[in-house]
Amino acid sequence: MEVKDIIKEENLVFKKTGLLTDKILSYCPGCGHGVAHRIVMEVIEEMGIAEDTIGIAPVGCSVLAYEFMNIDMQQVPHGRAPATATGIKRCWPDKFVFTYQGDGDLAAIGTSETIHACNRGENITIIFINNGIYGMTGGQMAPTTLPGMKSSTTPYGRDVELMGNPIKMTELVAHLPGTYYISRQAVHTPLSVRRAKKAIQKAFETQKQNKGLSFVEIVSNCNSGWKMTPIQANKWMEENMFPFYPLGDIKVDGKIIDK
Amino acid sequence: MAKVKGAIVVDIKRCKGCELCIEACPTDVIRMDTKVNSKGYHYAYMEHPELCTGCVNCALVCPDSVITVYRTKVEE
Repeated sequence: MEVKDIIKEENLVFKKTGLLTDKILSYCPGCGHGVAHRIVMEVIEEMGIAEDTIGIAPVGCSVLAYEFMNIDMQQVPHGRAPATATGIKRCWPDKFVFTYQGDGDLAAIGTSETIHACNRGENITIIFINNGIYGMTGGQMAPTTLPGMKSSTTPYGRDVELMGNPIKMTELVAHLPGTYYISRQAVHTPLSVRRAKKAIQKAFETQKQNKGLSFVEIVSNCNSGWKMTPIQANKWMEENMFPFYPLGDIKVDGKIIDK
Repeated sequence: MAKVKGAIVVDIKRCKGCELCIEACPTDVIRMDTKVNSKGYHYAYMEHPELCTGCVNCALVCPDSVITVYRTKVEE
């Protein structure tokens, strides 16, 4: 059978979702943001809530998310996404509101907004992309940088005695009573993409049931910031990021899972 | 026995040549073309189209969503 006989409309099994615009993504080759964008949009499309969803774009690499996500979007100052999401959700309680934030945005400048939104139990969904550094500004050390990890401001590796310990935001907010569903996922292999998509779907379903805040962290690569090829960066992430940021559900149905 | 045959179509203009699809492909179908697109990136293509099973793995890991996958059953 020739390839042109297979490429027919009736044999189609996968194509780019219509909720992503045709603009070429501004991310580096191999960046996890692209997959994260796509699975969020696929979940929204499959749940049929595109008309009722409002996304909040952060500051960071994904500042232009509103250019790529073909839904209603709002772009907010650095770290303030959960605060704006709170306002939007309280004005329109029947809309789905999600924020899409990086680790510099959510875990550094926006720590207070994040923690208080989680503690109040706002019915919003937070998608947190964690790559361990400030990607857009040139790979500086972020609160999530691993001990000993090299970045442009820690060229000899992060010294915990001098620079403090990295912060595990996802475990931190899991202990707050307002959160209902918390999970940590990755998007570097086909299996992890499927799992991450399920987690995001569950997060939006939590919001539908008005149970409280849902929070999905996606451990991602930053091959430009880490100075590696995309494949090397994914391997490095598996070997170094996952032992410190273990994947899996952390809080389900309002109860922390014992591991 | 019916055999599953697949094929992929790569949006050459949008491909950034990150090679994650090569890593994800279980049957080693995909390679990077020696030519480059208008942005200067090498782009993915099917080097061994007869091996493709249409498993969708490459499309799932593609950050730029450039891969469209087709799959059909062939009676032998």
